[in-house]
Amino acid sequence: MTITISSSPASPASPWRQRLTSWTPVLLIAPSLGASLIYVFGFTLWTLWISLSSSTLLPQYDFAGLKAYFELWSSQRWQIAYGNLLIFSVVYVAAAMAVGLALAIAIDQRIRAESGWRTIFLYPLAVSFVVTGTVWSWLFSPDAGIEFLVHQLGFADFEFRLTTHRETALYAIIVTGIWHSSGFAMALFLAGLRSIDPDIVKAAMVDGASPARTYRKVILPQIAPIFLAVAVVLLQYAIKTFDLAVALTKGGPGISTTFPAMAVYDFMFQRGQIAVGAAGAIMILAAVALVLVPYALYSAWHARKEGAR
Amino acid sequence: MTLAIAIPAGQAEARRAWWRHVSSRTAIYAFLTVFALLYLLPVFVVIANSFRPLPEITQYGLIWWPRSFRLGAWAEAWSHTCVVGTCAGVQRNFYNSLLMTIPATIISTLLGALNGYIISKWRFRGSEMLFAFMTLGVFMPPQVALLPWAYILGKLSLTNSVAGLILIHVVQGISFSTLFCRNYYVAIPDDLIKAARIDGAGFWRIFYRIILPLSPPILIVTVIWQFTGIWNEYLLGMVFTSGRAQPITAALVAMGTAGQEAAQFDVMSSAVLIAALPPLLIYFFGGKYFVRGLTLGAIK
Repeated sequence: MTITISSSPASPASPWRQRLTSWTPVLLIAPSLGASLIYVFGFTLWTLWISLSSSTLLPQYDFAGLKAYFELWSSQRWQIAYGNLLIFSVVYVAAAMAVGLALAIAIDQRIRAESGWRTIFLYPLAVSFVVTGTVWSWLFSPDAGIEFLVHQLGFADFEFRLTTHRETALYAIIVTGIWHSSGFAMALFLAGLRSIDPDIVKAAMVDGASPARTYRKVILPQIAPIFLAVAVVLLQYAIKTFDLAVALTKGGPGISTTFPAMAVYDFMFQRGQIAVGAAGAIMILAAVALVLVPYALYSAWHARKEGAR
Repeated sequence: MTLAIAIPAGQAEARRAWWRHVSSRTAIYAFLTVFALLYLLPVFVVIANSFRPLPEITQYGLIWWPRSFRLGAWAEAWSHTCVVGTCAGVQRNFYNSLLMTIPATIISTLLGALNGYIISKWRFRGSEMLFAFMTLGVFMPPQVALLPWAYILGKLSLTNSVAGLILIHVVQGISFSTLFCRNYYVAIPDDLIKAARIDGAGFWRIFYRIILPLSPPILIVTVIWQFTGIWNEYLLGMVFTSGRAQPITAALVAMGTAGQEAAQFDVMSSAVLIAALPPLLIYFFGGKYFVRGLTLGAIK
C-alpha cells in the first residue's frame, strides 16, 4: 500500500508549509541516498577508471586500456593470491559448513544445557579476525604452542608447524577460519532444523527409517535453501579475506599465503602501482558479483515459484 | 533423535535398546565436548597467559596450567607497552576505538531507523529502486573504496583522524542499518500510519509516537551488529590512520609485527583481551539479539 505524500487534509497550514511537510521525507532521506549512491556507484566507477589508467604513485586520469589488468594477471603475487583464494574458498566453506551442520545436529538431540553449548560455539563470531589470527599464530608457533605442549607431554618427535612451511601455511589459515565461522553455520542450520514439521520426521521414523536415513532423505533436503545461504555468506567472507591472513601469517612464509585483498593493498600502498591495485579491486568486486548475482536471481525465481503456488 | 521405546518384547531386547540409547548419548556428548574444548582453547590461552609471568610461559609453553599469578602484564599492556615507537600502552588506541565506534554506531543506527521509516511508510516515486541500490552497499568489497576514500579524506583534511574513520563507517553502515530497519518496519501495518494521519499526526509525530516505541528490538540488533563490526574492523583503520590515531585492531597487528624476536606473550595476551573485550561483553549480554542479527545479516 502506498501512502501518497500530498499534504494531509486535516491541517489548515499555509501552502508553503504544506509543501514543505510533503517534502520532508524526501529531503530527510536525500543525504543518505546521495552518500550511498556515491559510495556504491561513484566509488566503483572511480576505481574502475583508475584501473583503466596508467596511474602509478598518484592517480592519473588518462586512458591506458587494459594494461593494468594484464600487469595484474601476469604478476606472480596475484597468481599466488588467486590460487590461494580458490583452495581457501572450497576447503573453508565446505569444512565450516560440515562442522556447523554436525554441531547443529548434535545440539538438536535434546541435549542438556543447550544454550551453554551454543554460547561456546558462537562466541568466536564476536571476536575480530585480528584477535583470532593473533592468538592462533601463537598456537601454531613451534616455540610455545601446540607442538611445544606435545613435547612437554613427552613426545619429543612430534611435529606440528603449519605456519612455518610454504605448503601448509594456507591450511593454518583455513583451520582458523573454520574455528571462527562454523558457529555461524551452526546457528543457521539449527534454526532450519527447528523449523521442520516434527510430524514429517515422526512419519519417517514410524516407517522404520533409521535416524541417519531420516536426516539424509527427509530432514536435510528440507533445509537445502539454508545450505545455499550459508555458502553464499561464507564465500563472501573468503573473497574478502584480509585481516585473518595478515594477523596469522602476514602472507608468509614469503608470499605463499597472500590473498587477493592483500595483493590489492600491496599494489596500492606499498609499491605505488595504483592502477594495478585498482584492477585487483575490480576483480574482487567481480568475484563477489559472480557469487551474488546468480544467488539473487535464484532467490527471485524461487520466490516467484513459491508465490505462484 | 531419541525414540520412545515401549515394545513389550523380551528383556534382552529392552536391554539392547537401552544400551543403544546410552552409547548414542555418550557419543553426542563426547563429540560436543571435544569441539567445545577446541573452541575454548584460545580463550583459555589468552586469559591464563595474561596472568602468568613471562619466564614461566617461556619454560612451559603457552598451553600449560598456571603456576603463579600476577597482574603486571595488564598494567604494562594498558599504559607502558610500545606500539610503533610510542611507549604509552594500548589505552590510547582503545580510546580511539571507542571514540570511533560509539558515534559511528549511534549515527548510522539513527539514520538507518529514519531511512527505513521513510522507505517503508512514506514511499515516493522510485523509492523502492533507490532502496535496492542503497542495499548494494552491504556487499561492496572495501578494496573498491580505498582510493576514493583516500582522496575524499585528503580533501576534507580528515586523513589520520578518528573523525575520518567515523565518516567512512557511517556511510558504509547506513546500507546495513537501513536494510535492517526497513525490513522490520515493513511489517508494521500501514493502516496504523493512515489512522494516525487522519487524526492529524505528521511525519515526526508518527515517527516518535508509533514507530520508535515499536523499534527497540531492531534498534538493539542494529546497534550490536554495527558496534561489533566497526570495533573489529581492521583494513580501513590500518590504511587511513597511523601511530597514535590508530584503532586497537591496527595497533595489535603493529605490536605483533614489532616484537617478532622475543615475543612478549604475557603483555600481548593482555592487549589481545583488551581488544576483544567490548564485543565479547556485548555478545554475552545481548546474545539473543546478536544471533538474531546474524540471521538477518545472512538473509539480507
